[in-house]
Amino acid sequence: MAETKRPNSPAASYDGPPDYRVIGRHGVFPQTSHDEIERINFLAQMNRHLAARVVPGVKAAYDARVAPGFAAAHGRPIATRHEARKAMLEDPAFCTWSALRRMTMEQRQQAGRWTVIRQREELNERGKALIEGDDRLVLNPALAIPRYVSAVDHHCMPGSYHREYAPDDFTNGANYDHAGFVTTGGLLGKYSDGGGHAVVQWVKKNLPDFAPKKILEFGGTVGHSSLPLAAAFPDAELTIVDLGAPVLRYGLARAKSLGINNVRFVQASAEDLTGIFEDGSFDWVQTTMFLHELSTRALRNIFAESHRLLRPGGIVLHVEQPQYAPDMPLFEQAMRDWDAFYNNEPFWSRMHEMDLDAEMERAGFDRAKIIHGGVYGVVDREIFPDAAEDNTEDYGRKAAWHVIGAVA
Amino acid sequence: MSFNDALNEAGAKPAGKRPYFLDPQVERVLAITMSLMQELAVAHQRADTLERLLKAKGVLVEGEIDTFAPDASASAERQMWNQEYIARILRIVQQENEAATLSDDVASGEMADDMVRDAG
Ligand SMILES: C[S@@+](CC[C@H](N)C(=O)[O-])C[C@H]1O[C@@H](n2cnc3c(N)ncnc32)[C@H](O)[C@@H]1O
Repeated sequence: MAETKRPNSPAASYDGPPDYRVIGRHGVFPQTSHDEIERINFLAQMNRHLAARVVPGVKAAYDARVAPGFAAAHGRPIATRHEARKAMLEDPAFCTWSALRRMTMEQRQQAGRWTVIRQREELNERGKALIEGDDRLVLNPALAIPRYVSAVDHHCMPGSYHREYAPDDFTNGANYDHAGFVTTGGLLGKYSDGGGHAVVQWVKKNLPDFAPKKILEFGGTVGHSSLPLAAAFPDAELTIVDLGAPVLRYGLARAKSLGINNVRFVQASAEDLTGIFEDGSFDWVQTTMFLHELSTRALRNIFAESHRLLRPGGIVLHVEQPQYAPDMPLFEQAMRDWDAFYNNEPFWSRMHEMDLDAEMERAGFDRAKIIHGGVYGVVDREIFPDAAEDNTEDYGRKAAWHVIGAVA
Repeated sequence: MSFNDALNEAGAKPAGKRPYFLDPQVERVLAITMSLMQELAVAHQRADTLERLLKAKGVLVEGEIDTFAPDASASAERQMWNQEYIARILRIVQQENEAATLSDDVASGEMADDMVRDAG
């Protein structure tokens, strides 16, 4: 908090997620009761506890029991992250941590959904009033949801980003937005937009002359990472493409109520936008924490679409958790793979081992014009924890990302 | 939407088979325990909020809760609440211990089979 910290006061030594009450609200944010807020606070603390106090035990067990046990049984050390994970499945430390981490996610979904569902009718009315008749929302009810999204609900979120429970429904957008705090523990800041601010900062620093007029974001969901782009380039028009109607509706209502008006929301698959956007019609194509929820073929199609849609000299940037480089310890790789196997992120594992440079080249980008970088979530540090200074490793969840991109 | 629909939807299973890390019986009990832990935290924070509000409004004086001394009758009521609470939650321990002392306890299903045999 902004108050001066006295030595020996609890505030001086507190290290952990902020109280949920600091979260930024807007016109389509659900009402949250005292107890609903405390449920979210508890779950954020559970994740913090698991990362800060339980994971070190899992690592110690890996070093002391799992790796030596494997070597003794096989006459060679663990050679792949899959071997590491499977060996850990035989160890109680990993299993207990996994069970608790999974349950925390399930509890988060139930808690967040209850809050939204109990006020669905009122929330849908509020949302509708904000976006009714607005041509910046273009929905396509006939859009087919690909199997890589429909087969398992990503991060155990029932109904994923697309399921609708009532006409003009906002439910799954509101659940995703208001309770995501449980997983991020505030690392993404007041409006869950620390990723977007990081991208803006990176672009202004590394591409100071870049003055985009037309920006396209694939898989923008409710616009968490997108709105900072629109705000940083007020003369530009930002278009968000996503598969899910509830997140797009919610996104437009949220953007308008936050006073960001240079954004449009289009329901379509980024795999194929022919007939919607012309070749070379964008200066900038952005994705943030998006690639890991695709499939190999979808990723290739989307890279190809980004190439088709960029004007010569335009820029594509993908922000993602780091790839599994050979120098990343197998324990870390196995821990990062957890979400793929146990948190319904099936493409996470495969995506993080792909040669993305080769994929960019395959999509038509020039290898010499490929961009690499790294960013940390940018938040109001008076209130929110700073990812760059946080030493807790919550494998795959930390607001520390790689940037891979290219100049078209 | 009925209340029951809302409960069902809030707790709906996500698409995708659930992994188990422990003996499923143990994992089920742990999942229930973790939800109880969550609800206990919520109840604790609510009591804390009440205390702080009462203090801010001057109804409650700093330290009053910590120095609170129930009179004999309140004390008995409170301690009995604790005893009842514990006994309620640890029912299965009591019943398993009772069972351990019985040599002629019979299952209702066995009795049912007996009764079929009796009729013949
Ligand atoms: C993890 S979320 C992205 C988070 C978001 N970029 C942010 O930073 O807040 C993935 C999103 O991608 C969308 N998505 C998945 N496949 C897609 C596709 N083929 N075309 C467009 N959107 C897609 C999902 O509906 C979901 O909203």
